[in-house]
Amino acid sequence: MSTLTLARTERMLPVGPGGRPAPDLAGHLATHGPLAIPTRDDPGWKAAVRRAVAESGLLGRGGAGFPAAAKWGAVDGGWHRPVVVVNAMEGEPASAKDRVLLTQAPHLVLDGAEVAAAVIGASEIVICVADHNGPAAASIEAAIAERRRAGMSGHRTSVRRPPGGYVTGEESSLVTWLSSGLAMPFFRTDKSVPVTVGRRPALVHNAETLSQVALIARHGPAWFRGLGTTEAPGSTLVTVTGAVRTPGVLEVELGTPVADILAQAGADTELSAVLLGGYGGAWLDAAELAIPYAPGPLKAAGTSHGVGVMIALPRTSCGLAETARIARYMAGESVGQCGPCIFGLPAIADDLEQLWTGRADAAVVDRIQMRAATVEGRGACRHPDGVVRLVRSALVVFAADTLDHARGRPCSGHASPTVLRFPEGAAGTRTSA
Amino acid sequence: MTPARRIGVRLRVDPVACDAYGYCAELLPERVTVDEWGYPRVDGAPVEGDLVELATRAAAECPRRAVLLERVTLA
Repeated sequence: MSTLTLARTERMLPVGPGGRPAPDLAGHLATHGPLAIPTRDDPGWKAAVRRAVAESGLLGRGGAGFPAAAKWGAVDGGWHRPVVVVNAMEGEPASAKDRVLLTQAPHLVLDGAEVAAAVIGASEIVICVADHNGPAAASIEAAIAERRRAGMSGHRTSVRRPPGGYVTGEESSLVTWLSSGLAMPFFRTDKSVPVTVGRRPALVHNAETLSQVALIARHGPAWFRGLGTTEAPGSTLVTVTGAVRTPGVLEVELGTPVADILAQAGADTELSAVLLGGYGGAWLDAAELAIPYAPGPLKAAGTSHGVGVMIALPRTSCGLAETARIARYMAGESVGQCGPCIFGLPAIADDLEQLWTGRADAAVVDRIQMRAATVEGRGACRHPDGVVRLVRSALVVFAADTLDHARGRPCSGHASPTVLRFPEGAAGTRTSA
Repeated sequence: MTPARRIGVRLRVDPVACDAYGYCAELLPERVTVDEWGYPRVDGAPVEGDLVELATRAAAECPRRAVLLERVTLA
């Protein structure tokens, strides 16, 4: 994937002198300035940073959009020292923002992790990069070594390489892998109780969230709120792919119209829809691209920003065929623990394949809706819920197509090559059903 | 003899542990249904009255210990 950055906003990914990013420590300090983190216990500083993060209104950038400050409070008060887990797993095949951050701004990610570790009193920082993502791991390792040489390293920091996979980066799955070597989500009866690595409470943050923390610690909450909307302040990273001239990662102000973001990436003007949020996200009709890219307006339009992915679907493609491919891929990515996910996702993928190929019976749409309702909320993690969201949105956005396909008149678009990316060898990557 | 507060239980199913034995749906069909693959679906409403004993049995008899009971105080 191209990592070309056309940053209109340049907070996290400044282009730097000479038009190139400067990922080394000297370039980082020249760009962002120094960041003082007290090495001794400093309650005043800790309280000030907590307050700054809370007042900034920073929402987690890993997909769920949970307020970052609330997570910090949840790991307080236990006997065991907490651990900071940097989640750069990026299991979403269409997303590239974490690898861009780790390769272009690794010191910003490390700054954020150091700040969080110092504030919550963590004994260790663990950075998780998927086993197939060699360049990102090498870059962050080099940055850690550079800080060590410069005498800048605060907390014990290590890079761990969990297996790649859609679900591995899910919070409970990630800490289970760190604790036991098995990348399996577990059933959480109370989500306000923090997950643990061994016995230690874990503060798990997406790499982008921590980069934002590094900036808030430097410039304060008022500066952070200088961009974005009241409910969703700041800038954010968006991976734009599909029918665009320059696919890549953009840093944009939250609240920017979706159409503007697409235009920055050189999107086709003839789009039928845009998939927002990733493969567990939802389609947005091309008629609605004027809406602001922020959680509230996106939710009102039936979609969400999720992990910050935008896939432009050209008019020539069949949205139902693409949805079926994603559903098949997602079914294959189930880790196979929960019945509704094991049986429900392949059943939904089967239904969608019958639908777009024009081989379905009259009841197929009702059956998809019924199965979506059956599966929703019944996994230990949110993996099946993502498929439900995607499929429901497809039936709305491609409603006219759905009727035609269901009557046995498939469109010509299903023969078009897919605009989606799948890891090599994954289910759903074949173009014929 | 009127108790001051009524006690009920809320049923939950741990989807990782559950292997669709179906005993819970057999014991408490009033509150547990099964989906097309045999896995139980429970609603979030508390179980009360005569059904509490059956809910307790459903939890105790589950071969996978997948039925979780949470005591709730009813208004």
